[in-house]
Amino acid sequence: MKKLIVAGLGIAMIASMAFDAAAKQKYVQVKGSDTLINMMQKLAEVYMAENPGKAVSVTGGGSGTGIASIINGTADIANASRLMKDKEIQQAVQNNVNPVRVVVALDSLCIVVNPNNPVQQLTVEDIAKIYRGEVANWKEVGGEDLKISLYGRQPNSGTYDFMKDDILKSDYSPKMRQMNGNAQIIEAIKADRSAVGYVGVGYAKEAGGIGVAKVAAKVGGTYYDPFNTEDVKNGNYPITRPLQQYINGQAAGDVKEFIQFELSPKGQEIVEKEGFFAIPEEYKDVNKKAGL
Amino acid sequence: MPVPCAYHVHMRKNARHNRLKEEAIRLLLFSSSITVVILLAGIFLLLLMKALPAFREISAGEFFLTGVWDPTGYERSHYGILAMIKSTVMVTAGAMAIAVPLGVGTAAFLNEIAGPRLREVLKPVIEILAGVPSVVVGFLGIVLFGPMIAKLFGIHSGLNAMNGSLLLAIMSLPTIISISEDALNAVPVSFSEASFALGANRWQTLVRVKMPAAVSGVIAACMLGMGRAIGETMTVLMATGCAIAMPVSFLDPVRTITSAIAIELGEVAFNSTHYYALFAVGLVLFCMTFAVNMVSDVILHKYQSLQR
Repeated sequence: MKKLIVAGLGIAMIASMAFDAAAKQKYVQVKGSDTLINMMQKLAEVYMAENPGKAVSVTGGGSGTGIASIINGTADIANASRLMKDKEIQQAVQNNVNPVRVVVALDSLCIVVNPNNPVQQLTVEDIAKIYRGEVANWKEVGGEDLKISLYGRQPNSGTYDFMKDDILKSDYSPKMRQMNGNAQIIEAIKADRSAVGYVGVGYAKEAGGIGVAKVAAKVGGTYYDPFNTEDVKNGNYPITRPLQQYINGQAAGDVKEFIQFELSPKGQEIVEKEGFFAIPEEYKDVNKKAGL
Repeated sequence: MPVPCAYHVHMRKNARHNRLKEEAIRLLLFSSSITVVILLAGIFLLLLMKALPAFREISAGEFFLTGVWDPTGYERSHYGILAMIKSTVMVTAGAMAIAVPLGVGTAAFLNEIAGPRLREVLKPVIEILAGVPSVVVGFLGIVLFGPMIAKLFGIHSGLNAMNGSLLLAIMSLPTIISISEDALNAVPVSFSEASFALGANRWQTLVRVKMPAAVSGVIAACMLGMGRAIGETMTVLMATGCAIAMPVSFLDPVRTITSAIAIELGEVAFNSTHYYALFAVGLVLFCMTFAVNMVSDVILHKYQSLQR
């Protein structure tokens, strides 16, 4: 019996040492935004196929979670579909973390509806009023007499914050259903005739069986299509945002190598293939400051 | 005074050895059982210590008496827990309303009516149901049960308290069935035999003899199932809609305590008011489950003493 216990302990120790060794093998840990995750996984796959011996692991959890893990030092790269808040930057500094921003793609946030909904265009003001709960019936924005059901993201999502801070400039209606990711919003919208939701353009392009609204910046303005590359890049489509990553300090080592791959023509090709848009010129300066 | 012979000395030594061994075993068992108590006390203390700082900035009145929970609100943070408590109570009560009759009924069927072959097929199948990951159940809620509920009640979205109750009922069924069946199985055969001998039929025997004899086990089964339901996170987070507003009916979206903690704890800054507030919310959940267990314990004791 005693021998068995000793043998068991020995095996456990050896096994744990082996695991330790495996854990020490260097890999780049990427964490955060649900909007970026599919694109990042594709980028990591191609990068690892091209560079044997390099490892990149990509996980989700939301922009807030990603940013929290860069502040707490549990990830190398944070994916974020929003900018870091001042409060978060202060916390990072307190933890001796110097967050540096890299822009990797451009997103045109899509307002999606059920395919049976006749409403196909909205102004930014309409969208804000709908999500604030001030417009509660589709007939007020040119649709049928039907109560609007709101679908949005959960508070750990960067998209949730982006909509609230940049479009609504107020709180969401408390009746909004908070969904646990872009894909779940799409599923819910397919099943609900009265639904409205918002998702990153990559998800909207990929999904069949949903309606995507054209959006105008103001009443009387032209309505633009979020799938049209030109209108998104020159800013005609009013709800665009950069998708970024945060790293600790200037890029270096494996982290730098992976980010350089993301920004390379090949990486940007993958970005476009996944439905998002390549980085416009205006953000290239941001990346130069990050040492890229 | 007689000189103890070698045999006696040997025996006495052996007895002392045995006593020591017994003492050691007693100590080991005692320390393993006290570990559970220490763990529980430790969890409670940790929750309490992390929860108290929340009330430096949040008034207890706001926390316990208002309904809006939105710590990342645009104008200001709202820390009201009532809507979440109501959501948790609604979803759990709904789940129990479905799962208890169904689960106890199934257990009775398995125990009394099903033949041995059918039972051998059904029991493992029910236990496999327990192994379905909660994220899969949640997904079923979104794509299958949600739309079904919406169609049935003529509403637009089925992501609501009823959906959550249904899914949690499915998840707690295996526990309730399995443990209730064990309890019924543990009733001595002589009880049924006596009942039959007195002229009772199988239904009367089941309901008036076996059920009362197994009631403590059945109640324990339901309580364990309820524990599973009240603490379940991923499923409700995905399938109940998670709206901030106070739910009025079972057709309204709800956000339970568990899903709010799961969503927010990942992104919250350590040692901020929001962080402490989440621990305070966790403490409330802890007290709720504790109260449920206490009440069931009291009921159980009352019932058992009545039986005697």
